[in-house]
Amino acid sequence: MTPDTIQAMVETKDIILSVRNLTMMFGRKKQQAAQLRAEQKSKEEILKETGVTLAVDNISFDVERGKIHTLIGLSGSGKSTVVRCLNLLLTPTKGKILFEGKDIQTFNAQQLLNYRRKNVSMVFQSFGLLTHRNVLDNVAYGLEIRGVKKKDRIDRAMEMIEMVNLKGWENKSIDSLSGGMRQRVGIARALANNPDILLMDEPFSALDPLVRQDMQFELLSIQEKLNKTVVFITHDINEAFKLGNTISIMRDGRIVQTDVPEEMTSNPADEYVSDFINSADKAQVYQVKSFMQTPSCLVSLQDGANTALALMRIHNVSSAYVVDNKMNFVGVLPLDAAFQVREGKLSFKEALVNDTPTAKQDMQISDLIPIASQSRFPIAVLNDDGKFVGIISKAAILTSLK
Amino acid sequence: MFEWVTEFPKGIYLDIKKPIDQAIEYMMNNWGAFFDGISMFLRQILLWVQTVINSIPWWLMILAVLIGAWRATRNPLRALMYAAMLFFIGLIGLWSLMYTTLSIIITSVFISLVLGFPLGILISFSDRFGRFVRPILDTMQTMPSFVYLIPAVMLLGLGNVPAVIATVIYSMPPMVRMTNLGIRSVDREIVEASKAFGATRWQLLVKALIPQAMPTIMAGVNQTIMMAIAMVVTSSMIGARGLGSEVLTGINRLESGRGFAAGIAIVIMAVLIDRLTQGAYNKKEM
Repeated sequence: MTPDTIQAMVETKDIILSVRNLTMMFGRKKQQAAQLRAEQKSKEEILKETGVTLAVDNISFDVERGKIHTLIGLSGSGKSTVVRCLNLLLTPTKGKILFEGKDIQTFNAQQLLNYRRKNVSMVFQSFGLLTHRNVLDNVAYGLEIRGVKKKDRIDRAMEMIEMVNLKGWENKSIDSLSGGMRQRVGIARALANNPDILLMDEPFSALDPLVRQDMQFELLSIQEKLNKTVVFITHDINEAFKLGNTISIMRDGRIVQTDVPEEMTSNPADEYVSDFINSADKAQVYQVKSFMQTPSCLVSLQDGANTALALMRIHNVSSAYVVDNKMNFVGVLPLDAAFQVREGKLSFKEALVNDTPTAKQDMQISDLIPIASQSRFPIAVLNDDGKFVGIISKAAILTSLK
Repeated sequence: MFEWVTEFPKGIYLDIKKPIDQAIEYMMNNWGAFFDGISMFLRQILLWVQTVINSIPWWLMILAVLIGAWRATRNPLRALMYAAMLFFIGLIGLWSLMYTTLSIIITSVFISLVLGFPLGILISFSDRFGRFVRPILDTMQTMPSFVYLIPAVMLLGLGNVPAVIATVIYSMPPMVRMTNLGIRSVDREIVEASKAFGATRWQLLVKALIPQAMPTIMAGVNQTIMMAIAMVVTSSMIGARGLGSEVLTGINRLESGRGFAAGIAIVIMAVLIDRLTQGAYNKKEM
């Protein structure tokens, strides 16, 4: 993008964070390196001649309020350096970072602390949790730093713990949690401060693929609820496309292209970008199984209506998914029908809604849109053998298509 | 003519003995008030510690060790054994000497920790300061302790006070080193996370660095205590009373029994203190 088009975007969109001509060098002879850079020398030549690593090379991009901006690149492309400049964990060699139009490098010490305490929070790849504290005190950490009263910060932390589905774990030690749970703590800690911007430095890279998908989905649903601005760093193109409203592809410290996903797919800036995109298993990204969830309320035919009612009450949902003892999907039991069964007005089998649509797990999500608009319930997902494997909500279908 | 090849040349000689003697003499004559002040201060702490220790009746001490060891090891049999070992010190007639030695050790360790802990933190923050302090620590640990016992006596007189200073010199380095190591090896992302949430340097130190470094710091405390115990006999040469002087008397009068009795008491003390402090530190790690 040219500076003009960026300017045009600033005028029409609500830009919360802009990065302008950001350059980051590591080493002593920065002046000399800048000179060589002006002479169009490559990153390798600069390193060889001056010992300076040109980690980030004159990049600019904007982040729109309430949107997810993903920065993607291979390791060593400078993306983690960029995100650390956004809250000044690293001081840029050159360039500006504007938060709501204010240059954050002009902040004095107190303003910088306030910026970090109120406006940006960060989530780390290997979590960065304080292992000497339990879950609750980790989540409350940012509030504690800010000087929030104990009672208030505990209330707020509990709210966040609930939001990331860790209720009941608040007094557990960090060591007793799985990787996915630890990152939930990391996310809850970042959200507890109620920041405007969430910086996420490869937050899901250390997790195994299934957990990663869960977390991606959870991030999307949290984002939908809270409408946070997110700067998301990843090296996984699937993740970038799944999460990003806009994407910047980085290579050797430079941004090759910044665009919305569809534009990037149809008009890649160069061969590097198209190769990168093609490396993604695009079909898989948009497959139903990437977006499905485990239903909270799954009962078998033998369980009967009372079990179903109890489960629905616990999980606060209004329908239960019913399978036979071989996990074949039988139908959906809506709440009202379940009550009628209990009162003896209907038999369990009669109460089931079994004409509800189902989806195959490797179907394209876009094929589900017509079905989803008609279905009363989240759609049941079946595998190739017709066994029940999960459900996909209408919200999930819609978020996958943004 | 070429004998300088095979032998160190006789013609060149640098006298460093005299300037050192003169420096110490100068300090004695001119900085007397300063050393008197230090001496008085240390004597005061020592006296206070001694008063507290001496006010603990023997049975209460044994009971405390029993309970402490029980909680540290969670093994009633071992706790009983430790209590019996302590009882044994009293049985061989060394209880009050053991109390004196314990007071000197506690005072020395206390001073070592009070000085060593902040010094270790400072070093962990500044590479330059670290480069300056490290050779001093090396010297403190490797210089034979008899060497600084002489000026210590000259400046501070005989008795328990110079013994405390000599013990501090010998036992402080591990505290400094382990504090530094512990803080430097805190996970980089934990430091970044703390800063990213807007922690001040003080908050970073108190809420993240020190608690995260605690296991290593406690290992430093344990080492410091062990080194202080190792100085007990040496420092008795400059008039420190207690079990060390008992060993020294044993040597001077060629009384093996007396020497061994006190030696065994020192070993028992070392074992008990080590197990009890390690128990406290392992619990924190859990």
